[in-house]
Amino acid sequence: MSTELVDVAVGARIAAFVQDAITPIAPAMARGDGPSPKRIVEAAGEAGLAGILTPEVYGGAGGTHADFIEFIETVARVDASCAVILDVHLSVGTEPLLVFGNDDQKSRYLRRLARGEWLGAFALTEAAGGSDAVSMQTRAVRDGDDYVLDGAKAFITSAGDADLYIVMARTGEGAHGITAFLVESAWPGVRAGTPLSKMGLHGSWTGELMLDRVRVPASNRLGDEGVGFTVAMSALDSGRVGISAQAVGIAQGSLDAALAASRRRAVAELDVDGTALADMEVRTTAARHLTRYAAALVDAGQRVTLDAAIAKLYSTDTCVAVSQAAVDLCAPESAADDHPAAVRLRDAKACQIYEGTNQIQRVVIARNLLND
Amino acid sequence: MDIRLNDEQTMIRDAVRDIARERIAPRAADIDRSGEFPWDVVDLFRKHDLFALPFPPEYGGLSGSALTLDVAIEEVAKVCATSALILVVQGLGGYPLMIAGSEEQKARLLPDLASGAKLSAYALSEPGAGSDPAGMQTRAERHGDEYVITGSKIWITAGGVADTITVFAKTDPNERAKGVSAFVLEDAQHFTANTIHGKLGIRGSNTAELHFDEVVIPAANRIGDEGDGFRIAMKVLDRSRPGVAAQALGIAQGALDYAVGYAKERKQFGKAIAEFQGIQFMVADMEAQTAAARAMVYWASQLIDDKSPDVGHFAAIAKLLAADTAMKVTTDAVQILGGYGYVNEYPVERMMRDAKITQIYEGTSQIQRVVIARDLLRNER
Repeated sequence: MSTELVDVAVGARIAAFVQDAITPIAPAMARGDGPSPKRIVEAAGEAGLAGILTPEVYGGAGGTHADFIEFIETVARVDASCAVILDVHLSVGTEPLLVFGNDDQKSRYLRRLARGEWLGAFALTEAAGGSDAVSMQTRAVRDGDDYVLDGAKAFITSAGDADLYIVMARTGEGAHGITAFLVESAWPGVRAGTPLSKMGLHGSWTGELMLDRVRVPASNRLGDEGVGFTVAMSALDSGRVGISAQAVGIAQGSLDAALAASRRRAVAELDVDGTALADMEVRTTAARHLTRYAAALVDAGQRVTLDAAIAKLYSTDTCVAVSQAAVDLCAPESAADDHPAAVRLRDAKACQIYEGTNQIQRVVIARNLLND
Repeated sequence: MDIRLNDEQTMIRDAVRDIARERIAPRAADIDRSGEFPWDVVDLFRKHDLFALPFPPEYGGLSGSALTLDVAIEEVAKVCATSALILVVQGLGGYPLMIAGSEEQKARLLPDLASGAKLSAYALSEPGAGSDPAGMQTRAERHGDEYVITGSKIWITAGGVADTITVFAKTDPNERAKGVSAFVLEDAQHFTANTIHGKLGIRGSNTAELHFDEVVIPAANRIGDEGDGFRIAMKVLDRSRPGVAAQALGIAQGALDYAVGYAKERKQFGKAIAEFQGIQFMVADMEAQTAAARAMVYWASQLIDDKSPDVGHFAAIAKLLAADTAMKVTTDAVQILGGYGYVNEYPVERMMRDAKITQIYEGTSQIQRVVIARDLLRNER
């Protein structure tokens, strides 16, 4: 085990990007009147960070998952909306293409995604198929050299601004009847709903993706017919590590705010603030190390289903608890809508819900322990 | 396999796991019931050279890696927290010498600790000085080439069985922390050790009250300079807390493993209770908390091995998290076993009782929070 985790040069590039591109817009992102998701990914592209996991031959940085989580945590510490935009673009929006894409698909799409010219998205959830993804209704029917996709996806991050969606649709029955497709936003029949008005993450767009008789060339089928559920679950294993990093960043940002408030109070007697701060630090640090461990497993090519679920569950429960404690420690200023602690509490809640609710993470963990 | 461990660490962990399962697990219930110090476990550790783990090779030890030691402690603690504590304290008693001992002291005293020929202990707490050790009353008065020690120490693990004991005493009673010096007492120096009975947990562990009535020791047995004692004591705790954290982690993992096995076997309403989501969610939370504790124990241990200046902060985090986790997870394990969990025919009630001490010794959980918060408020990260 090494205590040196991220390449110094990569770490410096991440820090500079966050300082130059994220910090100045964080208040606007929190209000929901900042730049659109695509602008965020473009900025990351200019900094050489929009394809952190993509091999250099496809225009990426050829980085590791250790780099990836450092990036997401560092962004999320300042602004969680930008973090989820970048996380979805980099993980579930790009990784399935890296893992399951053929050479033709990779050469057509990866470079644009890695340079931040295109924004990637991932469309699995439906209105009636949330935790139970297998119950999806969106259909893909083969018609000559094309598939015709019909249906609607819900709660899709970056819907309306993304250029490429990885869409799961039904080509048969059950879990083995699901197939993944690469769907360009410019194609006829692809339409996004108005972004939802959310509790938090106001700078990230979340909405419906309507697919109305969309003709998708068979060359845009990602993997074989029927392996779409595998594509989705594998994407989520790694995606959960990214959300875990986002949660760690939110927790750290909350702790930063609480520490600043405590230092201003200049409490000689530590007991009240100190106990809360120590517990926040302990949970945040443990969450960070669970996330790093899960990322290291991905980098080592090991199966990460269990450890990604553990990291996601622990980190996201932590970011809610820590951001809530930060609101307490920063009171009464934190009652204001735009206070950093208030913003983070609202943002944190989403982390317990998306990429598999924490109830689903518990199911995944329990299944690993209880079913031999 | 755990990618955080190297090949040697994995090999030692697996070997200790086998010894613990085959030789210590069958003894654990009896050690708890009898409350007698398990000399057979000491012999077992001697035979398999496990006392060498805390010590560097130049003094008869193995690698001296904290991470290697702590994964071994975890494995033993999974089956018997009392036995694991013997390993923890052999390190604890040796660290003052390793950190601040002279070459002569180290060469003379450490090899017998590394072989297990002698057991060690660490005597800091006093009846009136627990969380506030700088308030200790034990005195060490210099007389020529000797010191005369007078006072009492309490809650000294292995105090009644150890041969080599680090004792902290005031050389300047007018000072608090600055007045403390460290001394090593050898078996030749006579003092009274009264074993404390009636503990909630770790019942087979020897816990003693030590009385020093003008005990004369050579000045050569002072560790470091006069007034260095408090700094040495705190450095030792930074070094040893991950070991106690590893003990707590092992207790949690042992309870979780037992509860999982039980949930798969136990049938109610016509199916295994593992099939009920109420049980599944408890198990999932126990697993996540235990994994988080392990992440911090391994990290703090690795920082020790890397000689990082941040050890104190992360050692406190590991100790606090692992101890609180052990308490929570063992309590939940008792809950999963229901009535069976509450009786000593099953091991989880013992594990719950054993877990409690990890929140108390080597700095209570409240003291860990003070250490962590002070560091946070003092340093920008």
